[in-house]
Amino acid sequence: MESTALLVAATLSAGTVLAIAALGLLINEKAGIVNLGAEGMMLCAAIAGFATVVHTGNTWLGFAAGMAAGAFLAAIFGVLVIWLNTNQYATGLALSLFGAGFSAFAGISYVQEKLPEQSKFPIPLLADIPFVGPALFRQHPMVYIAMAITAGLIWFLYRTRAGLVLRSVGESPESAHALGYPVRRIRLAAVMTGGALCGLAGAYVSTVYTPLWVEGMIAGKGWIALALTTFATWRPARVLLGAYLFGGVTMLQFHLQSIGVDIPTQFLTMLPYLATIVVLVLISRNPVWIRVNMPASIGKPFYPGS
Amino acid sequence: MLKLESRPQTSPFWRYASPILALLLTVVLGVLLFIALGKDPVRGLQVFFWEPIKTPYALGELMVKATPLLIIALGLAVCFRSNVWNIGAEGQFVIGAVAAGGVALLADKGTGPWIIPLILAAGVGGGMLWAGITALLRDRFNANEILVSLMLVYVADMVLSYLVFGPWKDPNGYNFPQTRTFEAVTRIPRLMDGSRVNIGILLGLAGVAGLWVFLFRTYAGFAQEVGGLAPAAARYAGFSSRRALWVALLTSGGAAGLAGALEVAGPIGQLTPYVPAGYGFAAIIVAFVGRLHPVGIVFSAILMSMFYIGGELAQSRLGMPKSITGVFQGLLLFCLLACDTLIVYRLRLAMPGKKLNPLEGGR
Repeated sequence: MESTALLVAATLSAGTVLAIAALGLLINEKAGIVNLGAEGMMLCAAIAGFATVVHTGNTWLGFAAGMAAGAFLAAIFGVLVIWLNTNQYATGLALSLFGAGFSAFAGISYVQEKLPEQSKFPIPLLADIPFVGPALFRQHPMVYIAMAITAGLIWFLYRTRAGLVLRSVGESPESAHALGYPVRRIRLAAVMTGGALCGLAGAYVSTVYTPLWVEGMIAGKGWIALALTTFATWRPARVLLGAYLFGGVTMLQFHLQSIGVDIPTQFLTMLPYLATIVVLVLISRNPVWIRVNMPASIGKPFYPGS
Repeated sequence: MLKLESRPQTSPFWRYASPILALLLTVVLGVLLFIALGKDPVRGLQVFFWEPIKTPYALGELMVKATPLLIIALGLAVCFRSNVWNIGAEGQFVIGAVAAGGVALLADKGTGPWIIPLILAAGVGGGMLWAGITALLRDRFNANEILVSLMLVYVADMVLSYLVFGPWKDPNGYNFPQTRTFEAVTRIPRLMDGSRVNIGILLGLAGVAGLWVFLFRTYAGFAQEVGGLAPAAARYAGFSSRRALWVALLTSGGAAGLAGALEVAGPIGQLTPYVPAGYGFAAIIVAFVGRLHPVGIVFSAILMSMFYIGGELAQSRLGMPKSITGVFQGLLLFCLLACDTLIVYRLRLAMPGKKLNPLEGGR
């Protein structure tokens, strides 16, 4: 019982990374922009956050640094893609490659550093409930923040005027432009917000989830987050649930090892990546389903005045 | 203020000038980076652009590094021209290396040199198999090939790791995760003494010629490109876009696998966890900078290999981490994408408030 509760707790923690990154990508894609640079942004944010915590000792400053790094890189991407109309996929890929190279370069002197274990934040009364307490209520604050972001995003997208404008920019930028909305600036704002969230997820990985720095430590979570946004058909609540599902798959490998299942570790490590492929296959089988839910202008460049 | 104005037709000048301008911009940014890090920029430029071509041995090393980049990028050129985004060439490289390594391990002292073509064929087969998974999932289930091929890169790394830590580990290797060194007879033949250049470069150049003929002189190559650029037109003409998908992925997978085989049976000589060196990703940049053209790719492969060697020299001579190579590669691609805008747009200086009068030719 005890270990199952811990497993659930670990699943929530693992899923939080994917959830925050995928929600950021969801904001991008709702505005019609696909940012394949998620992995690069998360890597740069991870080193930015890690370095900040090493120098200042404050985890929240680390998160802020990660968000700033993500937003900055996303802004460069945004200017290229929105104003210079470069190919979104190629530019995102360039961002990922650059981010991987730059984070490896910048992180050289931090490889041996270690951070203190981050304290959990047990919610006073709820944490003591027999099973549910340790499972759900003894987490780092970021886990609860991820849930709050999900709720906030649902409210923003579907209950506010600004959210409606954002969604309309993603569905038909030409119509939004004709109505007088500053489409390009809205898209840039969406891209930078998405980048900030990806950065937050990256900083969380390097400062809380595994408090160390290793080159390439994001290990594909940025790409999994991209798949997750598609899998969740661009709905925030589904993104959160899907993220926890993937978190569970990730935790499964440790759980299987601990109960002594005799599979080589490398095959267990493959599980999240294989799960992503399975999920992609399942969701892509019906192209109509994707087309119905996808913001219509994803990937297409927008030319005002054409 | 600067405005971007759409050109009536794409500029042929900028198609060729854009990569050169991108390189110049990257060099400028690199110089700024050197200065910011307190290193001598002139020395930095020297290390990246002069040292790799100074001596015949250095040129040989340049060719050795450029060979896998060239071969993989040729395959990727077919893929990208068909609008199939194979980002997982790194994984296909690894599986090709694994397959080739497996065959090489079967050799013993008495094996003849006939095993070398077998090793290379195994590499090609392995790479094709890995790319074939992506092709199958895209063909049957419409799964996005970018994400599938990328996930398979991580899976491929795990397969290699399992083999070198487990069943294929050298029993006399002091428990290091590596296979035993392959027999001398399996080594890819070198072209000349005193240099590590091997026949891989000849295979690469043959690939350049072959790709040129395929793309620009054969009907099949034409059908391939149209299938990618304009699927509706292709359907109307009776070209199969399914066939284009499979040809693209199998070609680039086979090329990446061949490069993997050449690396593992050539310079490396055994399977280690360090076989994946990022060539599959660098080759994407090589392909783009080379404008997806076989001859352009030769030049950009040489340029990229100068970045690699420059990075290693910067580490040993200037005390900079060799991961600076990755920074320059990423910067180059960014600058290229930005400069490519000039092919389709031109920069105009527009005074705010004044309208450009077409009859007066602008004021």
